[in-house]
Amino acid sequence: MKEIYADNAATTKMREEVIIEMKKFYSVEYGNPSSFHYRGLEAKRAVENARKKVAEILNCKEDEIVFTGGGTESINFALKGIAFANREKGMHIITSKIEHPAVLNSCKWLEKQGFEVSYIDVDENGIVKLDELKNNIREDTILISMMSANNEIGVIQPIGEIGKIARDKEIYFHTDACQIAGALDIDVSKLRVDLLTLNGSKIYGPKGIGILYIKQGTNIEPLIHGGGQERGLRGGTENVPAIVGFAKALELAQDERLKGNERLIKLRDKLIDSLLKIKDTKLNGHRTNRLPNNVNISFFDIEGESILLHLNEKEIYASTGSACSSHNLEPSHVLLAIGLSHDIAHGSIRFSLGRDIKEEDIEYIIEIMHKIVENLRKISPVKIKGGLK
Amino acid sequence: MTKENYADLKSRGGEESWFYSKTVKEHFFNPKNFISDEEISNYKYDGLGMVGSPACGDVMKVWIKIDEKGEKIKELKWQTFGCASAIASTSMLSVMVTENGGMKIEKALKLRPKDILKRLDGLPKIKIHCSVLGDKALRSAIDDYLKRKNGEKIYED
Repeated sequence: MKEIYADNAATTKMREEVIIEMKKFYSVEYGNPSSFHYRGLEAKRAVENARKKVAEILNCKEDEIVFTGGGTESINFALKGIAFANREKGMHIITSKIEHPAVLNSCKWLEKQGFEVSYIDVDENGIVKLDELKNNIREDTILISMMSANNEIGVIQPIGEIGKIARDKEIYFHTDACQIAGALDIDVSKLRVDLLTLNGSKIYGPKGIGILYIKQGTNIEPLIHGGGQERGLRGGTENVPAIVGFAKALELAQDERLKGNERLIKLRDKLIDSLLKIKDTKLNGHRTNRLPNNVNISFFDIEGESILLHLNEKEIYASTGSACSSHNLEPSHVLLAIGLSHDIAHGSIRFSLGRDIKEEDIEYIIEIMHKIVENLRKISPVKIKGGLK
Repeated sequence: MTKENYADLKSRGGEESWFYSKTVKEHFFNPKNFISDEEISNYKYDGLGMVGSPACGDVMKVWIKIDEKGEKIKELKWQTFGCASAIASTSMLSVMVTENGGMKIEKALKLRPKDILKRLDGLPKIKIHCSVLGDKALRSAIDDYLKRKNGEKIYED
């Protein structure tokens, strides 16, 4: 039985082309880019070529790109770096309720350091409430951080509009763009951002690598102090193979995104429409303003971990927003933010499709899910629509 | 490493992964003694108990039949909303309470979560609360039976 990996929002399988690009930097061109000799220079050249590639894609200057150890590090760098560099100006930050834990927990830590954070609500489709955002802007607001697209429910935010609001008020604007790099245009002037986070593991590239785009002139403190690498903004010997791999993965992802989106949207919509035909189901997140590969559906009266275990047995790999599968026994904060009750949140499953998923895989998932839902409902005493049975 | 040795599920947040024992998986994939909605309408039971709430992610509903002498639990049927641990716990409970001709009511009232855990060959630490609900559900069904014997009813189906 072939396995069907439908958890690409968590991480992706590296492409062969990326692995091939990276290989020689492990054992042939293995130098430290800071070294003065030829091995060092050749590594430095590889890093700068990668930087050039990334800058072209983002439509920015090369020295506005800093390579980091991943999306989480970029986010920590952006939030803490802006906060500490600008705290004389103000100590208020605005973000949304549905951000990635890297944003939310960085904000929680900043609150402990005396900063104030406003967490803006989203509507029932997951879209940030722009009026509430505007109303929360204060004289002492120094940063707005909003994710470009949500990893759980796939909803795409109006980043260009938020950028305009931020620019009008001269507030730094950061976006976590990890989920859009393979699907949308990441031209930073169109997005109107001052800072942008990307990572490799969502675009068929290496794990443990990311970038932070920092607009020229931005006042920011480094997060990681060290040997002066990345123009003093991020210390540590550069992960040359991963940097090269990241640039290659980003290039391929952007080159293929329009065709890729077309194919994925068809498969995504087929999966959504077929699963919604099962009674007592609900799609989570905006129906059309969502990532081409994201399907997130709640199945009433049954629980997510149980569904996953059945899927696991059939070698279909997905994820859930159920409390039972989290270490703190709380259901997904994103599902609660869009207004799902706890009991409906417990029955949610996310399928995030990838490059190599085929139509017959989608049909198989549909067939299996029908059976799983029937089996679990047969033994369930719950009827959410009408209260307990 | 075969697939059997891999932990079955990782928690969101990634800190823990848990192993489900062969016994737990058997009771999850082939649950014993559950009852379907169609069967309920014809099922003559002596006691009915329910614990948990959908908001919490665990609900167990338990129907019991007592023998003519009023001493032993002859049958236990159930329905459960919850994760694999919850489903396996209720299934195992139903087996423990009805095997070998049925458990005496006094013994059933003394049943503790660790007894269910032991028969399941253990549950991951984070899942132990699912087995706690099992013996609560049983007790609630026995309470109902005893109350009905005295003419009262706790639950109506």
